[in-house]
Amino acid sequence: MKITTKPSVKAILPDERGRFGKFGGRYVPETLMPALDQLEQEYLKAKNDKSFQEELNYYLKEYVGRPSPLYLAERLTRELGGAKIYLKREDLNHTGAHKINNTIGQILLARRMGKKRIIAETGAGQHGVATATAAAMFGLQCEVYMGEEDMHRQSLNVFRMKLLGTKVIPVKTGSRTLKDATNEALRDWMASVKYTHYILGSVVGPHPYPMMVRDFQCVIGREAKEQILEKEGRLPDYLLACVGGGSNSIGLFHPFLDDTEVKLIGVEAGGVGIGVGEHAATLSYGKVGILHGSLSYVLQDEDGQTLPVHSMSAGLDYPGVGPEHSYLKETGRAQYVSATDQEALEAFQRCARSEGIIPALEAAHALYYAMKFAPTLSKDTLMVICLSGTGDKDAFQVADKLGVKI
Amino acid sequence: MNRIDQKFQELRRRREPAFIPFITAGDPDLETTRGLILELERCGADIIELGIPFSDPIADGPVIQSSYYRALSRGLRVSQVFECVKGLRRETEIPIVAMVSYSLVFKGTPENFIARAQEAGFDGATIPDLPIEESEVVLRSATEKDFRIVCFVAPTTTPERMSRIVQCTQGFLYYISVVGITGVRDALPPDMRENIQMLKGMTDKPIALGFGVSTPEQARAVGQVADGVIVGSAIIRELEKHMDKPVAERIRVVGKFASKLVAGAKGRL
Repeated sequence: MKITTKPSVKAILPDERGRFGKFGGRYVPETLMPALDQLEQEYLKAKNDKSFQEELNYYLKEYVGRPSPLYLAERLTRELGGAKIYLKREDLNHTGAHKINNTIGQILLARRMGKKRIIAETGAGQHGVATATAAAMFGLQCEVYMGEEDMHRQSLNVFRMKLLGTKVIPVKTGSRTLKDATNEALRDWMASVKYTHYILGSVVGPHPYPMMVRDFQCVIGREAKEQILEKEGRLPDYLLACVGGGSNSIGLFHPFLDDTEVKLIGVEAGGVGIGVGEHAATLSYGKVGILHGSLSYVLQDEDGQTLPVHSMSAGLDYPGVGPEHSYLKETGRAQYVSATDQEALEAFQRCARSEGIIPALEAAHALYYAMKFAPTLSKDTLMVICLSGTGDKDAFQVADKLGVKI
Repeated sequence: MNRIDQKFQELRRRREPAFIPFITAGDPDLETTRGLILELERCGADIIELGIPFSDPIADGPVIQSSYYRALSRGLRVSQVFECVKGLRRETEIPIVAMVSYSLVFKGTPENFIARAQEAGFDGATIPDLPIEESEVVLRSATEKDFRIVCFVAPTTTPERMSRIVQCTQGFLYYISVVGITGVRDALPPDMRENIQMLKGMTDKPIALGFGVSTPEQARAVGQVADGVIVGSAIIRELEKHMDKPVAERIRVVGKFASKLVAGAKGRL
């Protein structure tokens, strides 16, 4: 296995039109344009406002529990006999995933803008739970759109959201998964934009979302950098993370973009095969197109209609990907590979047994690739993997796959 | 001369607003679409807005979305929509405007899409998910082809954006009345009237109003202030109700429904 990445990217992205090279932009109805303009302006103001940053850092520390550890997976490293494996433990955040980094940031922004109602879309339910959590803490009304198919796969998260006082709205259109939930949330926002803030959960959608969500998630990479320098006295050789929409991976990658000696590997959902509807590996098999307001790689047919996708992991089951990833792929700064359902399932179990950590199925995709790749590398190679969330939410589904009744 | 421009000139002379029904191509099949367009023309429609189904429409409500779904679930391709319009051009000169997502326009290339649409017999297109900031290529390409790209103004649009949009739009301006109209009977909310007046102060281009017009009374109220009345969901809903009927019967009842809206729009209630 050979991984080559060309160093060629400056970290100042996107441009003022929300472009990462040719990717990104804003392809939304006119009704939403003033709201996006307002959001962009308010966000840029907040970004440069010391008191906003202090408030954000306060909640990240006291409520989310940051910084999350960068944990040396000793036993896994020993078993694999190659690169030294570090896990960035986003699963230890409050609510059990990286998603809360973004929802806390956006909810603080919504408060600044005086918006009283929060809406969100969710796939695996982690973003929905993280949004519901932040909304509960600040006493804001919250409604989350979720595909019926996903509600079935992630019933535990549906219940958690309800406990948190959020209304979960089942989406019955299309494939009844994340993309359809996103459509519905955008439609809701079109009609409610005056008093509602839409907390998009990934680095997708129209500008400024890919930039803003990335900025909120960059805490992952900033911490990881500081932590590895402290532990090893140098930067890592490889960063690995799973890519659905791509928020945990961009959060890890982005602070290292200028450190060209650090190689970046995104792992997509290979599903059950490479045929249409068998996977959700957008960067691996997709083409350039437009979906949900931005220009990026998309899984589309020749007409531009969105193709069906599949992943066992609801959080990766999405036919698009963030525009910054498309740019990193095109410039060669990052490389994208995929792991299948079966492979993720294997890594899920191995991580549990070797490290006592049950990873989210999403993160298990990155883990699988790391497990395959690490043995081919020398022992002084440093690898950081983003363990984006806990697998507690996946227990029922995995049990089902393994033929165990619980 | 472009058929859209010609139609509005003619209507201006007659001091009549345009009645612009929206239907979805291929809902539930292209035979219905073809028959409906001819029937709507007979019933007094001035321009047809023809939706090209897209798998993930974000600008459309549930009614239009289901109609897209019905069409796509039967495997409808964009090329078949073009073929259908091409066939219709042997029978009618009614202006036909496509409503199409930029996802479909962008695929291939926007230039190529516009060339194909025009060759098929479309006179223009509205692209609801394409704001003016990203419209440069399609506007230029349309100008070269004598094709019209109809831009949108929403109630949320700021006056500064309005003046840029009215400059960009071609053929006519599409005013979206998202809020306020559902449930309103004969009168329009004052801000809509005001906004249309403000837009009229900015441009001589015709202004058509759509989103939420569903009764003859509403059509009349809109027709009194705007240059065009667009009715979409209400017509699709009427069609939906008669899906189980034979094609000819479906077409007849939708035509009857549209006739009342025409009477409303033209102030002949």
